[in-house]
Amino acid sequence: MNIGKQIEVLLVEDDPGDVDLTLEVMNMSKLKVNINVVGDGVECLNYLRNAAGYEDKLKPDMILLDLNMPRKDGRETLHEIKNDPALKMLPVVVLTTSDANEDIVRSYTTGANCYITKPVGLDQFTKIVSSIENFWFTIVKLPPKS
Amino acid sequence: VIEQEVQILMVDDDPVDVELTLEVLQTSKLKMNINVVMDGVEAMEYLLRKGKYSASLKPDLILLDLNMPRKDGRETLQEIKTYDNLKDIPVIILTASKGEEDIVDSYSVGASCYITKPVGIAEFKKVVSSIEDFWFTIAKLPANSK
Repeated sequence: MNIGKQIEVLLVEDDPGDVDLTLEVMNMSKLKVNINVVGDGVECLNYLRNAAGYEDKLKPDMILLDLNMPRKDGRETLHEIKNDPALKMLPVVVLTTSDANEDIVRSYTTGANCYITKPVGLDQFTKIVSSIENFWFTIVKLPPKS
Repeated sequence: VIEQEVQILMVDDDPVDVELTLEVLQTSKLKMNINVVMDGVEAMEYLLRKGKYSASLKPDLILLDLNMPRKDGRETLQEIKTYDNLKDIPVIILTASKGEEDIVDSYSVGASCYITKPVGIAEFKKVVSSIEDFWFTIAKLPANSK
């Protein structure tokens, strides 16, 4: 349980509609969740490595990663995270419209902690985000803050 | 997943925890086949189809305890993740250990998630049922070629 502590989530997503919905659901949570949003993999890695413009950012407790994004997509981003000794313990939940088995297998093989396809309806999307929150923030033990 | 039988490999040397887990999973609406082995040596024989496990099916999910005789969960996780044909199987660490080092090491080596076993029976069952809900209805698992 992570009750009391603020949970930091990094949402890597270029679709503004999905960003809004995710924020809406997580902001209704009983848990203290702080969500930072970046629009692609380049920004994500800059954020995680505290590059220029992100010097004061905390390491997230969890990363929600889309696969199809401009500049650097989620596949490449995941690969970089899981090959960086300073970042690879961060749980990465892939949240994408792709339900191709190739993406599923490749994501798990590259080290995704979990793969979830975005459902189409609003209610379904809300349910998925709140399930992620319940499972990862109340059942799972996340890595301790460094 | 709904039509197919779900294959779970549970690696745990505590008979009470095994029994409680089976009790919960066997009441599932999904068709589940749970195979139990007691330590990491047997887990690797099962996964690599050695000896009496020559006909074993590739699991969709592995529940892995950390503290076990002969080969513990830490070593087993590391070994699983060295095999290209096994590293896409999500491994859920389910252990009594709350050690920060165990948590960080497990995520770094590629555990999908880390869960500490709660003490009470009702709480333990709730955790198992959360694992089932999340991993078999929310998460997408690789299509299993068995």
